[in-house]
Amino acid sequence: MKISNRKFYASALLVSVLLAGGASFYASSSPDGLEKVAEDVGFIETAKDHTFGDFTLSDYGIAGLENARLSVGFAGLIGVVATALVAMGLFMLIRKKAPSKNQ
Amino acid sequence: MHIPDGFIDLRTSAAFAAVSTVAVAGAVKGARKQLSEQSAPLAGLTAVFIFAVQMLNFPVAAGTSGHLIGAALAMVLVGPYAATLALVVVLIIQAFLFADGGLTALGLSIFNMAVISVWVSFAVFMLLKKIFPKTKSWLVVATFISALISVPAAAVGFVIQYAIGANATFSVGAVLNAMVGTHILIGIGEAIISALTVSAVLASRSDLVFGWDKKNTTLEIRS
Repeated sequence: MKISNRKFYASALLVSVLLAGGASFYASSSPDGLEKVAEDVGFIETAKDHTFGDFTLSDYGIAGLENARLSVGFAGLIGVVATALVAMGLFMLIRKKAPSKNQ
Repeated sequence: MHIPDGFIDLRTSAAFAAVSTVAVAGAVKGARKQLSEQSAPLAGLTAVFIFAVQMLNFPVAAGTSGHLIGAALAMVLVGPYAATLALVVVLIIQAFLFADGGLTALGLSIFNMAVISVWVSFAVFMLLKKIFPKTKSWLVVATFISALISVPAAAVGFVIQYAIGANATFSVGAVLNAMVGTHILIGIGEAIISALTVSAVLASRSDLVFGWDKKNTTLEIRS
C-alpha cells in the first residue's frame, strides 16, 4: 500500500494541523513531569519568569482571545507554520543535492 | 521536560549550552551526509509533527501530565543526526514563540531532549535491531522499547545538571528518584505514540523510514 509522496506529505501535515489546531484544546493542564517533581521536592521556588512571558503567544494561547478553543488552536497553527518554515528551510539547506538533476 | 530559567545556575547552563552547540554542529555535519532529496522533507515534517504532538499533554498520575519528546520517533524515521536537529528546531520555536522552556536553560533542554534522548534511543535501537528478526513488526517493538528508555534517559540528564548546578539544596537522590519514576510513566505514553506513528509510516511508505533496511523487503517474501 505505497502512497505517493504528495499524498504522504499532505496527510502528515493535515494530521499535525488537526492535532495542534484542534486536539490541543483537550490536552491535560496538569503540571508536566519536571514541574511536578519540582513542586514535590521543593525546588519549584527557584524557577524564574520567562523572558518572553508577556509575549502574545506565551503558553500556547493568543493573548486577549477569550475563547480558549480558538486561542490554543490558533497558537497551535502558528506553531505548526513556524516549525514547518524553519525546519523545512534548514533541512532543504543541508541535504545533499542529487547529482546534476535540475529541479 | 522543558526547563525554566532559574532551576540551574547560569555557569552550568552556559557550560551545557556550549556542549549542546558542539553537538548540534556535529549533527549538521552528519545530517548533511545522511539527508537526501527524499528524506529532507520527511525530516521537516517530523519536526512539525513533533511540535504538534508535544502540545498534547496526557495525564500520567494524580496531578501530573506528560507529553511526547519525539526523540526516538524522529531517530527511527530520519536518523539520529536529523532527529537531533528536528528536536532543536522544536525547542527553539517553543522557547522563543511560546515561552515554553527558559532561554538561559535552552542549552540544558537541548542537551537532554535533542542529544541524550536521541542518542541513547539510537544505541538501544541499533542493539535491538541486531537481536530482533528483521520484520516490520519487530521494528515497531524496537521503536517502542527505544522510546520507553529515551524519556527516563532525558530525565537523568536533568538530574546530572541539577547535581552540578542547582540553585536549590534538596538532595540529588530525591530528585533522581522522583524524576526517573515519573518519567518511566511518561515513557510508556512516548512509546505508544512513537510505535503507532512508525507503524503508520511503515505501512504507507516504508522506503522513507531510516530504521528500516530497504533490502529487508525482499527477505520478507521468502520467510
